[in-house]
Amino acid sequence: MLQNDEQSHSNNTAIKNNISSIVTKSSVVRLAGDSGDGMQLVGDMFTNTCALDGDFFATLPDYPSEIRAPAGTLFGVSGFQVCAGKDPILTPGDYYDTLIAMNPAALKVNLPQVKPNGFVIVNEDAFIARNWEKATYTSNPLEQTESFSKVQLVKIKMTENTKLLLAELGLSNREAERSKNFYAMGVLLWLYNKSTLATQKWIQKKFASKPEILKANLLALDGGYNYGPTYGNIKHRWIFSDTVTKKVPGTYRNISGNQAIAMGLMAAAQRANLRLFLGSYPITPATDIMHELAKYPDQATILQAEDEIAGIGSAIGAAFGGALAVTTTSGPGFSLKSEFMNLAVMTELPLVIVDVQRAGPSTGIPTKTEQSDLLQALFGRHGESPLVVMASSSPKDCFDCTIEASRIALKYMTPVVLLSEGYLGNGSEVWKVPDLDSLPSFPAQFAKDPVTYQPYKRDPQTLARPWAIPGTPGLEHRLGGLEKLDGPGTVSQDGLNHERMTYLRAEKVARVAQDIPALEIHGEASADLLVLGWGGTEGAIKQAVTNLNQSGHKVASTHLRYLNPLPKDLESTLKKYKKVLIPELNSGQLWFKIRGEYLIQADKLSKVQGQPFLISEIENKILSLLGER
Amino acid sequence: MDSSQSSSQSSSQANPQATTSAAAKPLYTRKDFLSSTDPRWCAGCGTYATFNGITRTFLNSGIEKEKFAVIAGIGCSSRLPYYSNTYGFHTIHGRAPTVAMGLKMINPDLNVWVITGDGDGLSIGGNHFIHLMRRNPNIKMVLFNNQIYGLTKGQASPTSPLGSKTKSSPYGSVDRPMHPLTMALGAGATFVARVPDNDNELMFQVMQAAMAHQGIALIEVLINCVIFNDGIFDPLTNKETRPDKTVLLEAGKPLIYGQQKNKGIIMKNDRPLSVTIGENGITEKDLILHDPQNPNSGYSFMLAEMGDQELPVPYGILRQIQEPVHKPHASKGTKEQLQNTLKGSGAWEVGSDGNIKSLER
Repeated sequence: MLQNDEQSHSNNTAIKNNISSIVTKSSVVRLAGDSGDGMQLVGDMFTNTCALDGDFFATLPDYPSEIRAPAGTLFGVSGFQVCAGKDPILTPGDYYDTLIAMNPAALKVNLPQVKPNGFVIVNEDAFIARNWEKATYTSNPLEQTESFSKVQLVKIKMTENTKLLLAELGLSNREAERSKNFYAMGVLLWLYNKSTLATQKWIQKKFASKPEILKANLLALDGGYNYGPTYGNIKHRWIFSDTVTKKVPGTYRNISGNQAIAMGLMAAAQRANLRLFLGSYPITPATDIMHELAKYPDQATILQAEDEIAGIGSAIGAAFGGALAVTTTSGPGFSLKSEFMNLAVMTELPLVIVDVQRAGPSTGIPTKTEQSDLLQALFGRHGESPLVVMASSSPKDCFDCTIEASRIALKYMTPVVLLSEGYLGNGSEVWKVPDLDSLPSFPAQFAKDPVTYQPYKRDPQTLARPWAIPGTPGLEHRLGGLEKLDGPGTVSQDGLNHERMTYLRAEKVARVAQDIPALEIHGEASADLLVLGWGGTEGAIKQAVTNLNQSGHKVASTHLRYLNPLPKDLESTLKKYKKVLIPELNSGQLWFKIRGEYLIQADKLSKVQGQPFLISEIENKILSLLGER
Repeated sequence: MDSSQSSSQSSSQANPQATTSAAAKPLYTRKDFLSSTDPRWCAGCGTYATFNGITRTFLNSGIEKEKFAVIAGIGCSSRLPYYSNTYGFHTIHGRAPTVAMGLKMINPDLNVWVITGDGDGLSIGGNHFIHLMRRNPNIKMVLFNNQIYGLTKGQASPTSPLGSKTKSSPYGSVDRPMHPLTMALGAGATFVARVPDNDNELMFQVMQAAMAHQGIALIEVLINCVIFNDGIFDPLTNKETRPDKTVLLEAGKPLIYGQQKNKGIIMKNDRPLSVTIGENGITEKDLILHDPQNPNSGYSFMLAEMGDQELPVPYGILRQIQEPVHKPHASKGTKEQLQNTLKGSGAWEVGSDGNIKSLER
């Protein structure tokens, strides 16, 4: 029984210390089951436990778009992947060291990705005929031993064992069965030499008002930890090697890309000394940004708009009114916002448009990731419509990128599209919480002087027009979608003025390049091949380049945060290398842009399977370009 | 080009009536509310008079002109912001309510007026119209209803009557029209009124009442489009027929109308019925007393639907009720609060000794 946390923890480590532990630098865990099996929760708990052990990690929730898909089906399998270890982790990993499959469908979907000699831990109770038939097996897959010849199959009766553990609580069968995810959690924590303490605390807090369920979950967790491995006959455990990378003292947290964008927006508003306004409409996988901001009414004014168009329209109204104005969306909503994006281009108001990309076109695969909105962000509006396009490269980079997008929008009085991805939005990693005072400071400047004010009189350096907000005496002016006279900003239909304004708008956006830092080259300095990436592929690219450098290959990589304008040193950088490879989760959109812009030869690596790149996929492509595959 | 057209004020715009019946002491003359750009509506268009009504209302409020913002969509009427020397925004087709919402939410002290038309507000912007009404922000909307698309040169609009012959419906429109006021009521509007474009005083009174109202106010103005739909409202607006075709709503007064002031509206079998006072024993006491605050919206719907067959079209304020006004969160937190917010709920601290401490909340 669990009398106090510390004691029970020391007890249960004592029970199992006769089984050997294998030291590893990092490990990939994949948890899979039905949407209702609670695998996302187990994943979160495991990640938190790793965090408190000082581990680095990267996570990948991977779930279907149905809320509770029919139980046991292949399309209903919900997964959570985490790669953890003592050194910085760049991706959630390619292949699994440990798979926990709660039913036959979860096994079928995930078994091919288990590493040789990896653990395949199954809930044996779920392998009844009805379930394996649903997973389109023709017989019980656990009996097909040849399927498991290269892995360590661990069969545990999780449902029955949980029920036995809870027998005295007098719960119904259904209620008792619900605790089986904590039993699985116990097994997993034991397998990785992790404490159950954080999970216990979470259960105690979460179920405080339901003492029976609380007790049941604690018993299941403890039982899984103490006895599960025995029943499953597990031969060894994992333990992470001692840390090489020392963590800088400070406050850390686990943060997803969507949370990081929300935090970045609040921080940017604070650094700009502005109120924050979000106009948004629910859409997967971007909605969590709105959810996160809605928790902090002291920091964000939110309109859950009637549609995507109203989301950006209200943001433009708020920008006119002097707020740091933002709209958030994903592909289909991004399309709907196009006309209003042009109004922001024409009226030259600061606006941040976040597009958390998903597999398209149309509704596509809403919960799966892609990078296929780049060309739309660059060109997908009527007329000559230049705006700034940026992309974040990791969950925590979403924070910094959001601040930078806001800073650019305010400095240049322009809409900025910030491209994120479902992979970044839902994925998470360790983030060192910054001190607000350490972030860039860019207090907004409002026009005040009626004598000198003209709506389109531009700053000579940035070409930004002045920002005069309603309520300011003497600066009454009219904005609108009609072309305006350079300077006074009255309506003008003069062709020459229109041409001048067209070039001014383009030049203003082009001048953002003066704010872009020099490209950073990762990897071998004298490389033959440069990998050019953008967005969420950075982790996989960097890891692939690091791995190949270690095996003596001359490759390097660089990553674009700014897609429009492009960095000034990009052309000269690309021309230094014999070969350039551009991997993207689309059919070659940056590749198309780069070739058109610089007339250079480049190769592409495309993937549109709704999944991020595996490190090995990038390695293999590089090797084949180097003539080694 | 534009600068050459912005030199002088047209005399038709300097309405001498502008400063009459001022409740508050005006800071300005009406000219101060006219921008350097002269209106470019067709001669004789009802938009001129409506623009007068709006600027006259601004002037008489005694509020500084920098505290007004006029937000419009696209269409003939939606060019209005360019002519008003306040803050203004000529946005995109149908979407003015969205821009107005964001502006009002971030700047609640601003007097935000939305200018729209029957095509802009009810067709392409129908969704935003509904949600502006239901949210009840303290925003005023003037809907210029001329039952036609003017700026695109004469197509049937959502308010064009069935059978209307237009460029897009040369054999007669087959689409039933919608009624802006019933639509607004259905969406929960708290102030709903209608005025014709040729009654300056009524328009002024209603606009002042709209401005004083706490919450959304919708004023439908029946606009005569002299080019594409000339005379469509003539029976409701000319001196000879207006008294028999319309009824002026006044709070607490019976629904009396007619050239002789001898007609009225009674309820019979749950239906409004036009009657003549003195006939069949009908007296003024039998008539419906107008109560714009009637909590039962059924009464307001009944008024809004009048105008077909025997019943007169109501002018004035149909409905005015108090409901919670849209009130967004202030987003004025401190840096200290935000620093704490960044930690989320499950942060941990790495000490200088490398030890880890949970900061879970």
